[in-house]
Amino acid sequence: MALTAIFFYLFATLALVAGAMVIVAKNPVHAVLFLILTFFNAAGLFILLGAEFLAMVLIIVYVGAVAVLFLFVVMMLDVDFAELRAGFIRNAPVGFLVGGVVLAELVLLFLARGVAPIAPGTAQAPIPQGLTNTEALGQILYTQYFYYFQGAGLVLLVAMIGAIVLTLRHKPGVKRQSAADQVARGPATAVEVVKVAPGGSAVPDAPVKPGAGRA
Amino acid sequence: MDIGLGHYLTVAACLFTLGMFGIFLNRKNVIIILMSVELMLLAVNINFVTFSHFHADLVGQVFTLFVLTVAAAEAAIGLAIIVVYFRNRGSIAVEDISMMKG
Repeated sequence: MALTAIFFYLFATLALVAGAMVIVAKNPVHAVLFLILTFFNAAGLFILLGAEFLAMVLIIVYVGAVAVLFLFVVMMLDVDFAELRAGFIRNAPVGFLVGGVVLAELVLLFLARGVAPIAPGTAQAPIPQGLTNTEALGQILYTQYFYYFQGAGLVLLVAMIGAIVLTLRHKPGVKRQSAADQVARGPATAVEVVKVAPGGSAVPDAPVKPGAGRA
Repeated sequence: MDIGLGHYLTVAACLFTLGMFGIFLNRKNVIIILMSVELMLLAVNINFVTFSHFHADLVGQVFTLFVLTVAAAEAAIGLAIIVVYFRNRGSIAVEDISMMKG
């Protein structure tokens, strides 16, 4: 039990410190890296809570995809981030005020009200014994919550299409292969029948340079 | 020394507050604002998983999965909008984003 407590305080402290560094870091690349550290420590907390699958999803999806996407965008945009930090100190008091009020409210709520004892037998999907977390999650995700699962997939599809549509641009002057045009090419569009008079030429006359006619 | 529900909820509350504070602190930098939103969603996820563990109910973890999905979609679309905006205007300062005066 003591080991759990040690790891809890380790993960919690690191997550909070890294979270604080995300918002105060001068360099946005550092901010993204601290965000990754926060996610790693949150994944540690998830493991302490017995949610191994979500911990792995957090690392794979967030660290592997979302944070790297942030990193790409931060590095790709040529923005003067120092200029964007103007007003950093000026806005801090308001932030402290609002953040302090919210934090005080949340913590006082736990302290004053406490957490109600958990009524036994009210769980919608009790955690089954003898199954791994992933297995148990899959067993209800693909049965009871199947439509929600499909909906989540739809959300991701829309996000993917939206991101592509937003950022795709066709540069003018780039020659691309168009398979449809190539396949649609037939005698009607590719061959031209030209009547040539005897002794004449189908090739249009070359422009005669003045003075270069006959020597 | 026993780690209970309150400990995890406190961590999540602190993380949520940090995310909110970050929005106030970096009012001009929309990328940091997006990261702050991610921090807040992470705090919400910690709450869900905590209650899932202490209530011995898997539904919280299922919901966390959906929150993660929506957060990932939000980050992708948000960053795409930022990239498009930067191409058009050459800046991502929040106060410049006032073309659609609503």
